[in-house]
Amino acid sequence: MEAIGRSVPKKESFDKVAGSAMYTADRIEPRTLHARLTISPFAHARIAAVDASEARRSPGVRAVLTGDASDVLIGEEIRDRPVIARDRVRYNGEIVAVVVADTEAEAMRAANLIRVRYEPLPVVNDPVEALRPSAPILHEKLAEYQKGEGVVSIPGTNVASIIRVLKGDMDRGWAESETIVENRVSFAPSDHAAMETRSASAEIRPDGHVIIETSTQVPFAVKKFMARYFGIDPGWIVVRTPFVGGGYGGKTAIQLEAVAYLASRAVGGRKVKLVNTREEDMLTSPVRIGLDATVRLGSTRDGKIRAAQIVYRFDGGAYNDKSSDVARAAAADCSGPYGIEHLHCECLTVYTNHTFPAAFRGYGHSELTFAMERAIDALADELKMDPWELRMRNAAVPGDTAPTRDRLTPSNLGDIRTCLNRVRSLAEWDDWQVRQVNEHTVRAKGIACFWKNSSMDTDATSGAILLFNSDGSVNLVTGVVEIGTGTKTVLAQMVAERLRMSVDRVHVKFTVDTLDTPEHWKTVASRGTFLAGRAALKAADDAIRQLKSIAAVVLRADPDDLELAHDKVFVRADPAVQIAVKDICYGYKYPNGNAIGGQIVGRGYYTQRRMNPLNPATGEGTPGPEWNVGAQAVEIEMDTRDCSYRLVKAISVNDAGKVLNPKGALGQVTGAMAMGLSYASREAFYYTDNGTVLNPTLRDFTLLRFGENPEYVVEFIENPCLDAPFGARAMGEHGLIAMPAALASAVSRAAGVRLNRLPLFPETVWRAKNGGIG
Amino acid sequence: MKLELNVNGEVRHADVRPAELLLDVLRENFGLTGAKPGCRNGDCGACTVTVDGWPMKSCLMLAVEAAGKAVQTVEGLGGTPEQTAFVEKFAFQCGYCTPGFIMNVHALRRIHPQADEAAVRDWLQSNICRCSGYEEIREAVECVLRSRPPADNEP
Repeated sequence: MEAIGRSVPKKESFDKVAGSAMYTADRIEPRTLHARLTISPFAHARIAAVDASEARRSPGVRAVLTGDASDVLIGEEIRDRPVIARDRVRYNGEIVAVVVADTEAEAMRAANLIRVRYEPLPVVNDPVEALRPSAPILHEKLAEYQKGEGVVSIPGTNVASIIRVLKGDMDRGWAESETIVENRVSFAPSDHAAMETRSASAEIRPDGHVIIETSTQVPFAVKKFMARYFGIDPGWIVVRTPFVGGGYGGKTAIQLEAVAYLASRAVGGRKVKLVNTREEDMLTSPVRIGLDATVRLGSTRDGKIRAAQIVYRFDGGAYNDKSSDVARAAAADCSGPYGIEHLHCECLTVYTNHTFPAAFRGYGHSELTFAMERAIDALADELKMDPWELRMRNAAVPGDTAPTRDRLTPSNLGDIRTCLNRVRSLAEWDDWQVRQVNEHTVRAKGIACFWKNSSMDTDATSGAILLFNSDGSVNLVTGVVEIGTGTKTVLAQMVAERLRMSVDRVHVKFTVDTLDTPEHWKTVASRGTFLAGRAALKAADDAIRQLKSIAAVVLRADPDDLELAHDKVFVRADPAVQIAVKDICYGYKYPNGNAIGGQIVGRGYYTQRRMNPLNPATGEGTPGPEWNVGAQAVEIEMDTRDCSYRLVKAISVNDAGKVLNPKGALGQVTGAMAMGLSYASREAFYYTDNGTVLNPTLRDFTLLRFGENPEYVVEFIENPCLDAPFGARAMGEHGLIAMPAALASAVSRAAGVRLNRLPLFPETVWRAKNGGIG
Repeated sequence: MKLELNVNGEVRHADVRPAELLLDVLRENFGLTGAKPGCRNGDCGACTVTVDGWPMKSCLMLAVEAAGKAVQTVEGLGGTPEQTAFVEKFAFQCGYCTPGFIMNVHALRRIHPQADEAAVRDWLQSNICRCSGYEEIREAVECVLRSRPPADNEP
């Protein structure tokens, strides 16, 4: 009967294997019009003229929209982005025109007939270039843009956001350091590459309701921001999201929803559907952030890190969207899971002529971890110390402070040392040096640690509703989007556990519809089980109270004397005095026909306690509730002739707090590990000197495929978080975070050269080994 | 043009453009949205169906090319060992790539019931799963290949 800790298959399993699970683009309706995009082939250009006359005459075309369709600027942190480019394009793939037609084929044909005359402008191709005094300025009106709380820009430059995190006394830190190392890392933007490309439809009903269906992780944010951008009261906007075919953070930006809305407005409110092609999904819609970072560490001779100075130059792309917030999250946790007393971090998010970034699994943390862990490896080399030992000596423990100056406690901080000890054993780390397998083959291991807090709005909230059915089963309604993490099944497990009933009798509503679903801030930050879990437990307690209240009348007993279990309410001291839940959950009907009560509806909400935003000048604040931690290792086998390598084994030990669904948790962690290894070994956009993307397809942007994956070794330790449901810590992103760093460590060791750039293509490694740059 | 197709054992009619992809006719004309577009370039395998029992990326085939052949989509399976194994082994998360993987494995079991590790790898590399680390899919395939091959009358 116990539901928590059991590998309950995902509630939607049979729908998904039968092909009947519906995703946004699966809704096929003859009345729907279709939109297609004309996108910019240039990374930076003035739009001199747009000639849509031929497109407008093309068969089936109902409307053509260009930049003058709307002068609204959108963007969550900085409102700097037109829905359709006006006068100027700032990235390859930016939307220049939208065609609405009866069929997708007709829309596409017409989109190809739009003639745009561009005057190319000099491009900013990486964040270092962007900071040069001679760099072209991409947003001259930066000072005028509306900005979110805590966003500090430097108008007249390409700096969209600057954040400083200061802790301790740097002069003292350097004075106490006997060894100082400096290490620089960099990687270009890459893609989420969810198998379902992004899509959205919009319709403006005759009564004024705006109905948006969208493949998003954030339906409630879509509602909120669409209302703000277009001056509509939120009650008039309804957002619906069915199953989402992979998110990984990429479906957190608001983009196609606004395009579809403008398109619908242009055709009298008719429903318009827009589905990204794969190329548009990679070029036009947001990507993963790039980074160039320098980390300088000072340590005593015996390996105690006394000072860290960190500079991040995040590739914020052509528009800010959430990039400055990703950067803020990285800054807040910049030290990694280490207790470093003296710390200085300067975190810049700069405009470039690249596609703008969205959140990506880890939200700045695999980025900061790569920078910090590569520096720690460099320090270990310098100190001639076992890199495991160096990490162990510096691991953060309760009583230390985070870079935000939050005090770390056994509840808000996972147990890093136990994770490190377990990884040491699982990776057979005693034998960590490179091992020669045969004449041309070596095996090498790498290790890395991570931590991650969640960055959320300080008032982020979640709600849950439980509706009883007449058979005593319940329907669970939450605003969590089912993106594949199985969160809604885990929430059903929590409800079943609290109501002491079978999880099979908890029915889950999958589609989120903002009209009738309680708000869940965003399905991001691995916070579904925490926020919605607390709300669902509160809803269950509310239902229990109501069930006991009506049972007390029927059983003529004090509600405090009653218990709920096995679909019955009974007297604790005399269980024979009982009534079935099904006989009271729709009210109770006496034998003579009299009735009391009504359908039981449990409700609950949860908002995090005592959060406050990060101060951009000092880094002080409490932007998240807990630091989730783990230690990871990778073992590879390399052919020393051409530096090709095979992923042999990948190990992750995570502090899970409490494992709620073992096979589900394992899948989350191994899936994230695979994504981290894929990203680190092969994924990146390649830009020409003109800033255009060379590889916007899944043929030349390669992803890890079946059989290329390593053997996975995953272990959970359970050191509970006292605020979390059943003590469970976050799980969705964390398997990824240290994988790139651990892989780079192993490959560096095998090649005998320090590698600080991603991805780690064999050719890149070979060049570094033979005197080029890594 | 008028087209007659045999899909999941049923004769279906559609009026389509000659350039229409099998994928789009299945989805738009017949509502068989189990076949998913992922790239329309043959790279991801999410749209895999079987044509005369062989796995085929339905974005790489014109609908007219499927005339006179037996097309099967995930909707036509109805409780095969592949589907059960994918559920039992937790072999999917978001589920978007799942129909394509299942159709591929279904064909693999029919054509190479004794497939060894190298053959499985060769076949399964035509599909991408972005959520899992492939381990659960491997377990599901192994489980399926250990079960009996499909009888002739099984869909």
